[in-house]
Amino acid sequence: MARNSDGKWVERPLSPHLQVYRPQITSALSIFHRITGVGLGIGSLLLVWWLVAASGTDADYARAAGFIGSPLGVLLLFGWTAALVYHFLNGIRHLAWDAGFGFERAAAHASGKLVVIMTIVLTLLVFVVGLVIW
Amino acid sequence: MSANKMEVAAMRSALGRARGLGSAKTGTAHWWAQRLTAIALVPLAIWFVLAVLAHLGAPHAEVAHWIGRPVNAVLLLALIVALFHHLQLGSQVVIEDYIHGEALRLAALLLMRAVVALLFLAAFIAILRMAL
Repeated sequence: MARNSDGKWVERPLSPHLQVYRPQITSALSIFHRITGVGLGIGSLLLVWWLVAASGTDADYARAAGFIGSPLGVLLLFGWTAALVYHFLNGIRHLAWDAGFGFERAAAHASGKLVVIMTIVLTLLVFVVGLVIW
Repeated sequence: MSANKMEVAAMRSALGRARGLGSAKTGTAHWWAQRLTAIALVPLAIWFVLAVLAHLGAPHAEVAHWIGRPVNAVLLLALIVALFHHLQLGSQVVIEDYIHGEALRLAALLLMRAVVALLFLAAFIAILRMAL
C-alpha cells in the first residue's frame, strides 16, 4: 500500500519482502554470491599479509606462515577456499547469463545445483590435495 | 493520452540520450569493468590456487624466489590489479545498496576505496621488491 500523487491509498505491486518471500535456490545462491564476495574481500587481507611477509625477513614470513598453519588459520583458509570456489563457479554462471545463456527457470535451477555440488567437490579436492602436499 | 506519452518520452534531452550515461553518469562502465575483471580472474585464480598448492610448507627463500621470477611476478601483478579492481567495484555496489543517507554512504565509499587502494599498493610493492 502506498499513496498516489493525490494522496489516495493505492495498492501497487511491491518488490518481494525478504521476510515473506519463499526462499528459492536462485535467490539463495544470489545472496550467497554477495556474502562470499564480501568474505573474499576480507580474505584479501591474508593474501596481502602473505605477499608483504614474503618480501620481508625470514621472521616476518615465519609469523605469517605460522598464523596460516595454526588451527584458526587453517579454518579461515578452508572458509576462504570454499568461498573462492563458490564465487568462482557462480561467477561463471553469472557470465553465462550476461552472454544470454541459461536464463530459463529449469536451466537456472540446474546450473545452481551444479554450482553447489561442484563447490563441495572442488573445495574438498583442493583441501585434500593441499593437506597431502603440506 | 498518446500526446502525453510522447511528452514523457521527450523529457530526456537529446544530448543526454546521445551520451547514454544515465542517472549514474557512468553508463555501463561499472557493469562492464566488473565483467572484464571477472573474466581476467578466471584463469588467474586457477593459476594462483595451483601455485599456492605447489608451495604449501615451502621455506621462505623458495617462496620469495618463486614470486620474484619474471612470469610469476607479472601474473601476480595482473592478479592483484584485477582482484582489487573487482573488489572495489563489488564493494561499491554493496555499500550503495545497504548504506542509506548521503553523507554516511559517501564516507563509507571513500573509506572503502582508501582501504582497497592501500591493500593493492602494499601487495604491489611487495611483489616488486621480490621481482627487482
